[in-house]
Amino acid sequence: MARSSQILKRMTVSEISLSAIFIALAFASAFISIKAYTPVFAFHAALFSLGSLASIFAIVTHYRLRSSEPVAQMIDGRPNYNYGPIKFTAIAALFWGIAGFLVGLYLALELAYPQFNLDLPWTNFGRLRPLHTSAVIFAFGGNVLLACSFYIMQRTSRARIAGVIAPWFVVLGYNFFIVIAGTGYLLGVTRGHEYAEPEWYAILWLVIVWVTYLFVYLFTLAKRTEPHIYVANWFFLAFIVTVAVLVLGNNTEIPISLFSSQSVIVWAGVQDAMIQWWYAHNAVGFFLTAGFLGIMYYFIPKRTGRPIYSYRLSIVHFWSLIFLYIWAGPHHLHYTALPDWAQTLGMIFSVVLWMPSWGGMINGVMTLSGAWDKLRTDPVLRMLVVSVAFYGMSTFEGPLMSVKAVNSLSHYTDWGIGHVHSGSLGWVGFVSFGALYCLIPWVWRRQLYSLKLVNWHFWISTIGIVFYISAMWVAGIMQGLMWRAYTPQGFLEYSFVETTEALHPEYLIRAAGGALFLIGALIMVYNIYRTIASPMMDLSEDIVLSPSPAE
Amino acid sequence: MSDKKNDKSKVRIDAHSRMPTTGHQWDGIEELNTPLPRWWVWTFWLTVLWAIAYAIAYPAWPTLSGGTSGLFGWNSRSQLAQEVTELNVTRAPIFAKLKNASLEEIEANPDLLSAARMVGAAAFANNCAACHGVGGGGSKGYANLNDDDWIWGGHLNEIRTTIEHGARWDTDKATHSASMPAFGRDGLLTADQISILADHVRTFAELPDAKAPTAEGQKLYDDNCAACHGIEGRGNIETGAPNLTDAIWLYGSDKPTIISRIKNGGGGVMPAWSEKLDETTIKALSVYVHSLGGGQ
Repeated sequence: MARSSQILKRMTVSEISLSAIFIALAFASAFISIKAYTPVFAFHAALFSLGSLASIFAIVTHYRLRSSEPVAQMIDGRPNYNYGPIKFTAIAALFWGIAGFLVGLYLALELAYPQFNLDLPWTNFGRLRPLHTSAVIFAFGGNVLLACSFYIMQRTSRARIAGVIAPWFVVLGYNFFIVIAGTGYLLGVTRGHEYAEPEWYAILWLVIVWVTYLFVYLFTLAKRTEPHIYVANWFFLAFIVTVAVLVLGNNTEIPISLFSSQSVIVWAGVQDAMIQWWYAHNAVGFFLTAGFLGIMYYFIPKRTGRPIYSYRLSIVHFWSLIFLYIWAGPHHLHYTALPDWAQTLGMIFSVVLWMPSWGGMINGVMTLSGAWDKLRTDPVLRMLVVSVAFYGMSTFEGPLMSVKAVNSLSHYTDWGIGHVHSGSLGWVGFVSFGALYCLIPWVWRRQLYSLKLVNWHFWISTIGIVFYISAMWVAGIMQGLMWRAYTPQGFLEYSFVETTEALHPEYLIRAAGGALFLIGALIMVYNIYRTIASPMMDLSEDIVLSPSPAE
Repeated sequence: MSDKKNDKSKVRIDAHSRMPTTGHQWDGIEELNTPLPRWWVWTFWLTVLWAIAYAIAYPAWPTLSGGTSGLFGWNSRSQLAQEVTELNVTRAPIFAKLKNASLEEIEANPDLLSAARMVGAAAFANNCAACHGVGGGGSKGYANLNDDDWIWGGHLNEIRTTIEHGARWDTDKATHSASMPAFGRDGLLTADQISILADHVRTFAELPDAKAPTAEGQKLYDDNCAACHGIEGRGNIETGAPNLTDAIWLYGSDKPTIISRIKNGGGGVMPAWSEKLDETTIKALSVYVHSLGGGQ
């Protein structure tokens, strides 16, 4: 991974060595493809081979087109920011977002009407469900994080991103991982661990990409021209480092053969469960929380033009958040074979996590003080602020649900689904939309096509979220109460299928909420399309960055 | 140090909040030096105090041989044991009534019958409904328990035997193990023969679109099927061979389905519930199923 530094010093060496690596990879994967035990693994190995060939082609083409001089770090005293990988990931985020929301809606319909499973393996709920979760979390969320972190790190460091090939390797390599993972789910390749379904070869690739991401980040920070590191970058670094540790911990597995997609994890029984939920809970904590807080810490002050509310709060809540989050995983395993002491620790760390989480909300919302009036005129800012409100709600609900007495009612019910979606649609979704509505016009140097359409997006999606989460609250609590209902003589009052039938109306409302959220996102895609298709603004950078363009 | 000096020189007082900034600036973003909100700090320490107290009161810290047991000696296993005990106490009066009565005595006594139906209904909903349907109506491949067509027998004792030992349930030696041969897959009959046989079987129930019986079909039936399903096709509960002459079809009466059954053979699997349920519950379940409408 030292190559990202070499790229800076000796371009041709890194181009040659990378090409050599990809040639070797192309041959190796072609060989594996021929020897593979299953057609699916042969298909994936062939994709690796083709991807390697495409990489060699891209490197050679780039070499032929580039000038012999290294890329200028500064132009006219201003950093020569590299927006290419940011533009790619911003568009990829929109694409995967629509795909993920669409699959989510289809799954909601499958739950309401099981006929939608179509009796086909590929459209079965069990295969589409990880496709949905991975598409929205890792494909949509991941690309938003890549786009925003590459943008924010360059802008707040006043430095061009480190490396020439490395940033492109990160964004293309990450999206290649998503293609491997997603097609694998549809074709039946899975580890069966929630949010950690990709098999060993996809993870191996992801680790290479991710470590490169870390190095790109560190080397860019190292050459920053600002004296200090901005708070958003602390959060991004915590996110990158911790996700690497989590993925390695939960993928400590041995492939059964180089020619098979399958592997065996070294953890067994309850240890496997504990590692899995340590991973999954911190995927929420560091991927969906820390990473997106980094986004919030840049775009809210930027859009309002106000200083961050409290520097001290940002320090205290950052360190308390990352210290506490990592211990809270056992609350996913209350009343299981996990030892009682571990369950207790998971619960108390979750409750103590409440205020550190809210520190981010306070800093986000209070940064608006002095600019509240902008909420009336700027729907993008409204989206960002409502995302923080949803963040606050979810991070209160989370500790509440981690309390054993509450958990004994809420666990395994749709309340959990509602909780996850208030966090993911409300917080992650809206902060991503808000950030993209800022970022895309800024990097393309365009005027946002229509604030009115943003307003429509905001309201339609907000109503969708409210439908979704209130339906799931009602469904979850009803389900929990029905499961535990006993007759006076001491017999269970309901069969499981009766509880399922009772949920049908809520499932319909949930599907309607999901449809509204999708419609909002489609409006956004149209708005962004019109924005990028509009002529480039011939204005100085500062005016392009003006947060609220005149309507 | 020089950086710090620089910062200090850039510190300004924000006009709106009257707070000083920290003097840092990134891409135009500044930070105020607002102190931590009091309520935030207090709530944080309150949760910390609560956490410490909770960790003293309940099992919380790992030790070499397990973990601390907390002040109250609470643990989830004893809580479960206690809840199960309480439930058994609640259920005891009904179970006591049913325990020593025979199946016939239960059916004859209205009081015992209603008790058995209550226990049976709850057990059925949680164990049987997944396959046989909430009302016992069955579905394709899962027997309807409301009619008088019984694969393994519809008398009280027969129903109890089936519930206790299941069908084709490998771990139970007394399970109903008979199974239909895979005539097609195992090469016992050709595809043409199976087609003729299927047409012939469809004549037994006088299905509206059935073809006329053929001598060839009859011969194939006599040679291959009659041993289990009977000369007249009326079935046999000893071998679990369904009656082919009535309007009730476990998998369907259309020709492709019948061809598939002859070709692939086998049969449904039912768990041996004695591995999971106690004797009294099985007794109550037998009475409940018997009373669904088709009991013999």
